[in-house]
Amino acid sequence: MEKRGRWCRVPRGYFGSRTILTREPEFLEPPVNAWARIGRALLLGLRDIGRALRMLGEATSNTVFVFSRQNRYEVVHQMFLGGIKSLGVITIVALFTGMILALQTGLELRRFGQEVNIGTAVTVVLLREMGPFMTGLIIAASFGSAIAAQMGTMVVAEEIAALEIMSINPVRFLVMPRLVALALIMPFLTIYTNAIGILGGAIVGYTQLGVTFTAYFENCTRFAETKDLFVGLFKAFIFGVIIVTVACHQGFGASEGAVGVGRATRRTVIISFLTILTMGYFITRVFYK
Amino acid sequence: MIRFEQVYKQLAGRTVLDGVDLEIQPGETFFIVGTSGAGKSVTLKHMVRLLTPDSGRVWIGDDCVSEARGRVLEKIRSRFGVLFQGAALLNWISAGENVGLPLLERTNKPVFEIEKLAREKLALVGLESAFDKMPAELSGGMRKRVGLARAIITAPEIILYDEPTSGLDPVTSRAIDQLIDSLRRELGVTSVVVTHDLHSALAIATRIAMLDAGRIVALGTPEEFIQSSNEKVQQFLEAQFITKRGAWEKAVAL
Ligand SMILES: Nc1ncnc2c1ncn2[C@@H]1O[C@H](COP(=O)(O)OP(=O)(O)OP(=O)(O)O)[C@@H](O)[C@H]1O
Ligand SMILES: [Mg+2]
Repeated sequence: MEKRGRWCRVPRGYFGSRTILTREPEFLEPPVNAWARIGRALLLGLRDIGRALRMLGEATSNTVFVFSRQNRYEVVHQMFLGGIKSLGVITIVALFTGMILALQTGLELRRFGQEVNIGTAVTVVLLREMGPFMTGLIIAASFGSAIAAQMGTMVVAEEIAALEIMSINPVRFLVMPRLVALALIMPFLTIYTNAIGILGGAIVGYTQLGVTFTAYFENCTRFAETKDLFVGLFKAFIFGVIIVTVACHQGFGASEGAVGVGRATRRTVIISFLTILTMGYFITRVFYK
Repeated sequence: MIRFEQVYKQLAGRTVLDGVDLEIQPGETFFIVGTSGAGKSVTLKHMVRLLTPDSGRVWIGDDCVSEARGRVLEKIRSRFGVLFQGAALLNWISAGENVGLPLLERTNKPVFEIEKLAREKLALVGLESAFDKMPAELSGGMRKRVGLARAIITAPEIILYDEPTSGLDPVTSRAIDQLIDSLRRELGVTSVVVTHDLHSALAIATRIAMLDAGRIVALGTPEEFIQSSNEKVQQFLEAQFITKRGAWEKAVAL
């Protein structure tokens, strides 16, 4: 919740079962004291979570329209925007993550003459945690913020209102294709991140630690399990869902012109980061006891 | 057709609509004029429940739109075509696709037929050449006309126009006026037009309402409107050099 002068503005909306987005601003009296402010912030936070989840539910139920003539190209297009266009950044980040992991663990392992085990270290860390996490952060910062900015601009330009008047459900028209696209593409991006990261480890192993490629790749598969890969991919899928939900919810809540769009974008990145981090921990906890 | 019953609305802690009572008959071309910030756009938005009254009701036919939800609301909204003040075109699809969008989304018409209809409507607003252009490549006035074409493509019963001619040259403005008028005469469409352009209003309105600070201060046929003794109305008329009957008749003849 943001305070602006005398009035706190909080977007109201979500009436009816299908048309759940309106841009009608709501004006609350300023809180009487600090406790009231904290209480209100908590309640509004909870309400926002509820709304975001509700939007996610509606988008999910609208996936039945994914092959309709209006939506099928949009899904592919969004996959392209969210996935292929981020490959450059992902390549660089993944490569250096792998190289850093290999170097840091390798230097320690060398003290015990165990540098050949960097393969295992890099692979397990990437598959289980770093792969999906890094991919999630990159996509949240690039694609998530772009979605929030686009949705926010559409709200401000009354385009969302126009869609609703035309009886085009913005959740089906805008949220669902992005949700499907990102949920599908995130696991693939993560596989790519993992592969490039492992490659980066191999390069460092060969050039700086004297580990041959054969020894490295043999070591990679020795301790890493299929379970590690699949838990990582499941995380990536969840992160994709989180990014689209947060971005669309924030974007639709934008108001006050360009300032509001900027705020929605910033919040999207922050909230996605925090949610990805905490969800990553909890998913790990569930699968690795 | 459209009825406002004592509608009050506050926005940002300010009273924007201060007890609006209004009844618009089927087949009317109803004009709302008023100074900037008088609440004209807000009044239009109440008709499709983009805004909800703080108190009072808005009726569309027999349905109370200000209390409608979900599918009922959707059904009421589907009777409307709306031209927004800023046109509100989607900027990642072409002008033609924007015009065809409501049909593509709401009907099962084949795409080539939708395209044909979209071209037809664009031709009606004088933009047949803009079919493949992106909204960003169009001027403000052209975007507005694309928005107009999109509003009429579903052949709605009621069309709301928020400043259809602002930012247009006088010749195109008169053409748009003729279009609005022909929709009424030929198809019996009910139109509500918000405008600053009194020449349009006097030429094609069945009735004109003047909104000032959230209240309707004058309401009547163009003849009654021009003869109104209300000070705000007179100011408005004088500001557009419409002081005598003769001048008005010239405006109509344009
Ligand atoms: N979303 C909003 N939040 C806060 N105030 C608003 C909002 N929308 C409109 N207002 C206020 O309501 C008043 C009426 O606005 P409205 O848009 O109806 O004016 P208008 O008569 O259409 O003017 P114009 O001719 O310039 O379009 C204005 O004073 C405006 O400040
Ligand atoms: Mg306006």
